[in-house]
Amino acid sequence: MDPRIAEIEQEYRRTDLPAFEPGDTVRVRVRVAEGDKERIQAFEGICIGRRGAGISETFTVRKISGGVGVERIFPLHSPALAGIEVVRRGHVRRAKLYYLRARRGKKARVRERSWWLEQELTSGASAAGSAAAAQTGDAPAEGDAAVAEATVAEESAAGEPAERD
Amino acid sequence: MPGLIGKKVGMTQIFTESGEAVGVTVVEAGPCPVLQVKTAERDGYTSLQLGFGRKKDRRVKRPEAGHAARAGLDYVPRVLAEFEPEEGEQYEAGQVLTVEMFEPGQRVKISGRTKGRGFAGVVKRHGFGGGRGSHGGSAILRAPGSIGPGTDPSRVIKGRKMAGQMGDKQRTVLNLRIEKIDLEKNLLLVRGAVPGPRNNILLIRAT
Repeated sequence: MDPRIAEIEQEYRRTDLPAFEPGDTVRVRVRVAEGDKERIQAFEGICIGRRGAGISETFTVRKISGGVGVERIFPLHSPALAGIEVVRRGHVRRAKLYYLRARRGKKARVRERSWWLEQELTSGASAAGSAAAAQTGDAPAEGDAAVAEATVAEESAAGEPAERD
Repeated sequence: MPGLIGKKVGMTQIFTESGEAVGVTVVEAGPCPVLQVKTAERDGYTSLQLGFGRKKDRRVKRPEAGHAARAGLDYVPRVLAEFEPEEGEQYEAGQVLTVEMFEPGQRVKISGRTKGRGFAGVVKRHGFGGGRGSHGGSAILRAPGSIGPGTDPSRVIKGRKMAGQMGDKQRTVLNLRIEKIDLEKNLLLVRGAVPGPRNNILLIRAT
């Protein structure tokens, strides 16, 4: 990539968002403009996938609303996102959870990631990374430095390119 | 506002304040020194000859060097192009034009040579539908089909869309919105696409 383009993208990149993965339950707070007023609307559901890279990365959140499945795709770096909270970390074995669409009710659940799994995933990473992960365990991430670092370490251990900042 | 010569840097995405993602092309535009001001009295028409880039010294021919030297340049630009000067503005050789002439939100037209696609069939070149993949259509998969009536004209009407050279042609995209300008790096961020590959030479003019 041309360094000048990288610089432009850097300018728009969000660094204040917590790390999350497909399977995690997230609450996305979206800025909604109503007339000349602005309001924040939350959309909570399971992240069923992330796609793209760099500034154009997006993620899909699925929830059941009034018995109907609703999915919203958010650009990860959009300034319309007032924030993302990771409500629950899920244990899943694939990157795209499209199989959830065909399921409803109890079958459409995602197992919560347990503390030992968290450790197992980070065992290959640096000592500092796994220590931080062990400490935070199941606690919902609030985007503080230790958690962000731990999750990045997890990802690289899981064989995902860790190029995200 | 005459215009500038530029170079396509590539495409990316930026966000508006409301959070809308906009696909933009990054164009390195200028700085363009004025090499020559052509006037109706001397040249029969008015125009501004601008330069862009820098030609390697070992590639410079002496007449070119002389031409550039008359504008007070100690190098020869890689590209020269003529633009229409703005009515009522005074220009002189040696003056340097930059992206400062544009403003965000302004519309421009950008010309450049498109990517060459060689001798392309009718499906790629004109968006024809092609034939059927099944029901015995194997011989006409990407064929144009009928090219006109039969015995009566006994010829094919002019302008019939057929296979042929596609791309590698000068094209102008009109009404491109300037989303952002970087004065320091001479960059224009223009909404949408622009002809040609990266590093393509472009002419940027006000609409």
